[in-house]
Formats: sequence, C-alpha cells, structure tokens
Amino acid sequence: MKMTGAQMVVKMLEKNGVKVVFGYPGAANCPLIDKISESDIKHILVRSEQGAAHMSSGYARVTKDVGVCTATSGPGATNLITGIATAYMDSVPMVALTGQVATPLIGKDAFQEVDITGATIPFTKHNYLIKDIKDIPRVVNDAFYIAKTGRPGPVLIDLPMDILKKEFNFPDEEPEINIRGYRPIGKANEAQVRKAADAIRKAKAPVILAGGGIVSSEATELFREFVKSTGIPVVSTMMGIGSVPTDSENYFGMVGSHGVKQANLMLNRSDLTLVIGARLGDRAVYNAENLEKKSKIIHIDIDPAEIGKNMHPYIPIVGDVKDVLTQLMPQLNEYHVSEEWLAVGAELLKKCRAEKVDIKDEGFINPKYFLKKLAEYTNSDVYVSTEVGQNQIWVANNFKFKNPRNLITSAGFGTMGYGLPAAIGASYAAGKPAIAVMGDGSFQMDLVEMATMQQWNIPVKMVLFQNNRLGMVHEHQFMLYDKNYQAVTLEGSPDFCKLADAYGIPSCRISENSEIDKGIESLMNSDDSYLLVIDVDPNEPTGGSLNERRM
Amino acid sequence: MNKYILSVLVENHAGVLSKVTALFSRRGFNIHSLAVGVTCDESVSRITIEVNGDESVVEQVSKQLNKLVDVIKIKTLRDSDSVRRGLVLVKVRTNSKNRSEIIQLTDIFRANIVDVSQTTITAELTGHDNKIEAFLDIMEPFGIEEIVRTGMVALERGANTLKIDK
Repeated sequence: MKMTGAQMVVKMLEKNGVKVVFGYPGAANCPLIDKISESDIKHILVRSEQGAAHMSSGYARVTKDVGVCTATSGPGATNLITGIATAYMDSVPMVALTGQVATPLIGKDAFQEVDITGATIPFTKHNYLIKDIKDIPRVVNDAFYIAKTGRPGPVLIDLPMDILKKEFNFPDEEPEINIRGYRPIGKANEAQVRKAADAIRKAKAPVILAGGGIVSSEATELFREFVKSTGIPVVSTMMGIGSVPTDSENYFGMVGSHGVKQANLMLNRSDLTLVIGARLGDRAVYNAENLEKKSKIIHIDIDPAEIGKNMHPYIPIVGDVKDVLTQLMPQLNEYHVSEEWLAVGAELLKKCRAEKVDIKDEGFINPKYFLKKLAEYTNSDVYVSTEVGQNQIWVANNFKFKNPRNLITSAGFGTMGYGLPAAIGASYAAGKPAIAVMGDGSFQMDLVEMATMQQWNIPVKMVLFQNNRLGMVHEHQFMLYDKNYQAVTLEGSPDFCKLADAYGIPSCRISENSEIDKGIESLMNSDDSYLLVIDVDPNEPTGGSLNERRM
Repeated sequence: MNKYILSVLVENHAGVLSKVTALFSRRGFNIHSLAVGVTCDESVSRITIEVNGDESVVEQVSKQLNKLVDVIKIKTLRDSDSVRRGLVLVKVRTNSKNRSEIIQLTDIFRANIVDVSQTTITAELTGHDNKIEAFLDIMEPFGIEEIVRTGMVALERGANTLKIDK
C-alpha cells in the first residue's frame, strides 16, 4: 500500500494499541504530528519535551502499556533525555519518537541536528536511526515489543524528516517479530528453584526484599499469596512499595538509607534474603558485602546482568518473577516461617509503630501526619506521584499504599521535575485526578506543565510542601558539610497560590495541623485541578534510617 | 588479573560498534584490544574483544553485552582452548652495519620484511601476544621508529564453533 513514512509510523502505533502521544512539535517531527492528527491517536501538547517523556512514563505506569512521547530533532530530542533516563532506571516501557534532520543533512551539523541515538545509547534499552523507509514497519513494531517484554525499558526511534515525508509502496503483510539478538527470558531453571526452596526451608530468619520486578511482571497477586502462605516477613525497595499493602502485619517498610529502621533491622537480622525483582542499588542496600556475609541471598531477576552486579547471591535465579513464583510455591506448600522469627518481627513492629508524634499547632504542618490523613481520606484509592527529595521519602514511608502501581516516583534516577508531569500522565490514563506530592524546589522545575493540565483538562491534585529550601540537600549539608548551607534557599519563589490563579487553578494555603482536614477537603472535593500549599518547618527531618544514624 | 577473549557476533550495521564500546566505557570495563570483521554471513560481524579483569568482571561484561539487542551471541574463550593471533607492523631504524642482523632476527621469528629503505626496515609479524612482545623486545635496541598492531583475533580449538542457530 502506498503511504508516507509518517503514515506508516502512525499505522504501526495504532497496531500496537497506542491511544495517546505526549509531545512537542518542531520542523523535523511535524510530518508525524500531521499524520497523528488524521488518526484516532490523541496528541497532547506539553510545555517542554521533558514533560512529555515524564507524562508518557506516568501513563505507562498506570496503564501497563507502553508510553509514547515525541519531540523534534536537536534540542527537542535532547530535552527528552532526562525523561528517557528516568524511565530506564525504573524499567518503564516507553517509545520515544524523535524527528531528525533529512538524511542528506545528517552529519553536516545542520540546523537542529543532534546525534540522539548516539547520546541515548547508555540509557535506552535499544534505539534506532531509520535510514531506509522500508524498515519503518519492522522497526516500530520491534520497538514496542522490546520496550514492554522482558525487563521493560525505553526505546528511541529517530526519524529523519525526508523519510517521514517520502511515499513508499509498503508490502501489505504485517511485520513479524523475529529479533535474533533479543529473546526475553521466561521460566527459571528448575534445579535452582528447588535449591531455593530447600534453603528457605532451612532458614531460621528469612526475609523477602520485594522490588519493582514484582510489579512489572504483574505478579502482585501471586506474590501476596506467596507471602500469605509462607508468612515470610517482607521489606521492600522504593519500587516495591505496595507489593503487599503497606499496613499488612508482616510488612516492615522500605529499606535503605531513606528507609525505615524496622525494615533495615529485619534485613540485618535475617539469615536468608529472598530478593525478588530488585537490583540492590546503593540506596537500597548500602553495604552489600556486609549483608552477603550475614544472610544467604537468593536473587530472582529477569535480567541476568543484575545478578552478581551489586551482590554475589548464594542462589541466583534468572526468570520472570511470575514464572519463578509459580515454580517455587508448590515446593513450599507445607512450609511456614517459624513462630520465633515471627515473634521477633512482631515485637519490633509494635515498638516502631508505637512511636507516636505529638500533633499540635505550631505554625507548620507535619508532612508525615498530613500524608497519613490524605491516605485515610482517599482510602488509598488514588495514584500518587512524588517529586524527589524530602517529599518523596515522606510519601514512601508514610502514605498507605494498597497497590504498588499507585505510587509513581522516580526511584532509581531521582529526577526532580518528574512528579507533576508524571501525575498528568497518570491522571489522563486513569481518567480521574492523580495526586502530585511536591516540594517547592522540584515543583519549580516543571511547573510549566500546569498549562498542559489546563489546556487538555487533565486534573491533578497538587500538594506542595513549602519550606523555602531544598530540604534534602539542606539536611545533607547539615550532616556532612558542617552546616555550610550553600545554594539551598529558595528566595525569589513566587506566591504559589497567585501563580496557580494565573493558570486558572484554585488553591489554598494551610499552615497549622488543625487545618489539615479542611485543606484535604478543599483539595479533593472537586474533579478539577487544585493546588494545596502546605507550610512545612524548614527543619523538619526527612526521617528514615539516615536521620536515625546520624542525627 | 587475567586476559579474557570475548567473541561476539553482532548485527552488521552502522552504530553497532559504538553501542558495544559505549557499554565498556559506561560500565568502567577496560578493553585491551578489539578487532572487528564481517563473517561468512554478511549480515553478521564478529567482534573479538580482549578484556582485563577477574572472572566476575568478565561475566558481568558478557551479561551486559548480551543485553544489547544488536548482540546475537557471545562466547568467552580461554587461552588454553583457543588459537589467538594478532598482527604487528614494526619500523626499525637501521644502517649498513646492523641490517643483516635485523634480517636474521626477523627470520628467527618468521616475520616478513615488507619494506626497506636506507635507514629503516619494516617487518610484519603475526602471532600470539607473547610472541609479538618478544619480537618487539628484540627489536627495541635497534630503535623502533613506529609500530602498529591489530587487535587479537581468536578461534576456539577443535571442532567447536560460534555460529548463529538457524
């Protein structure tokens, strides 16, 4: 069939079930935007390309589909980069479509030319520069397959303008997926699984370290059954929050430098750690060697390269979490963790959960208390994105999550400016308002996207903790730089309520704990976007292990 | 630290080599030498990489390489079970007095003399790393003007092959 390159791209997007593309036009991707408009796919105009990438990421995390974003060549493409790297670090399925200068101009330093495939090699799962129009159907189709299978991740396709505009007589048959260098991994080695079951049975103090792999593999239900039948205590990474409801009696919280004491203590006291779909990054397990010595590590991951990268497991298991659990569970039918070990955990949890804070009015709001109330009000039935910094840790450790996909956060890359656009993507995907929890530092990185919310009528409930500083860095300088506070105060910030008003978004500011209920009520009682500014004590600690150790 | 050889079959198209080398710099692995060439299947190139490191580093390199979509197959070859060859061209300073001595030495190493001038001799030698090093040591006292070396190439000994399953 005779079609332009752009038409073929759009046809393949449709074939792959794409309903929305977040993007920003420019000369090089205009042919694509032009043809998208003739399809059923909606193009959401954002305000900066970085926002487009983050929105498609938020969208992907909610829908479990591949998020799609587009930008023009050169600066449009480089603006996507932070969003692509963010998706890569959290294994979010994404396809980024960049315009490129016409093929005869490639390499000539043409206007708005950049080698975006070269630039994104280290943080894309794969990328393509299309040089031959006949490759379009296969490449676009493969890109979606690669993005969503195995360990998900972003794939970039660079599309030169002349190829998008050129007509070609495409063959009628649909492209088949046959990538000889890419075979997703499925079932695990039975012998390894048997060894793992034996080790679990022999362990006195086993702990599960739950990661995002449980969520990506759609194994949450199965995982919960596994936890219920074995009774093994669970701690999680940030990506694994919600893999079991955070108020369950055998969930101890997030581990790591910003995790909670009881989670780290459980990990430290364990004699066997069953790591499921986690890559054991430095923030989750600071001293890997130490843990290896104390605890036998069983590491389950779909990505063979994660096994042995940060830790040397006692039993490595390469496989999809869902498959591995399916193989493992029948072997542990009769097994239940010992009462002694459960009692140790219960005692610890009782002690830690009993530590009550005194809530009174003192001109500031306790953000942790606020988040607990917000979870209660919403019954945790809401998508919550975070920015990066104190706000992120407050949410991770205090908001009650019933489902893992409800937390949308840049866990691995720690990208400020992620939360607001990600919430827009999530809200669009869910068809109901998402909550964006932000600090006044990160909010100012991507606040331009308030216009996107308004233009496309995508409601976001913005919770802005204002402490007039970069709270986490401030704390860092307190602990490690002898209180030499440099470049952390945010003088010159606007009146955020007036700013929201300028965008036509209603808002209010609260500064006493007694106003929390009223604040939440006004935030949540409509279907529209809203900004709730919350005054937070500049010395409010992030909380978590780092504080407990050093402060 | 040991030297390992990774034989890597990759898609033969533009940009693949940069993906492979970018991975090495990104992950902080050292490439000792590198050789690339097309195989009997024209759609496939074979990259031979010499890596320094212990076994766990090499395992991690190999796993990371395997994640690249353009990488089709990898095999780690050990010194004991593979034939390795590299090539060196060396230009040695000479004069009428020592020219025949240099020629004799190149004969001993079964090197070929490929160019002669009034003041230089250029020799070509193919062999294992050790042999090349030894030859360069011998030539050193005469004064080496210039050398150029290729990366090592290697094949497994015996009937084993590295091929793509059809």
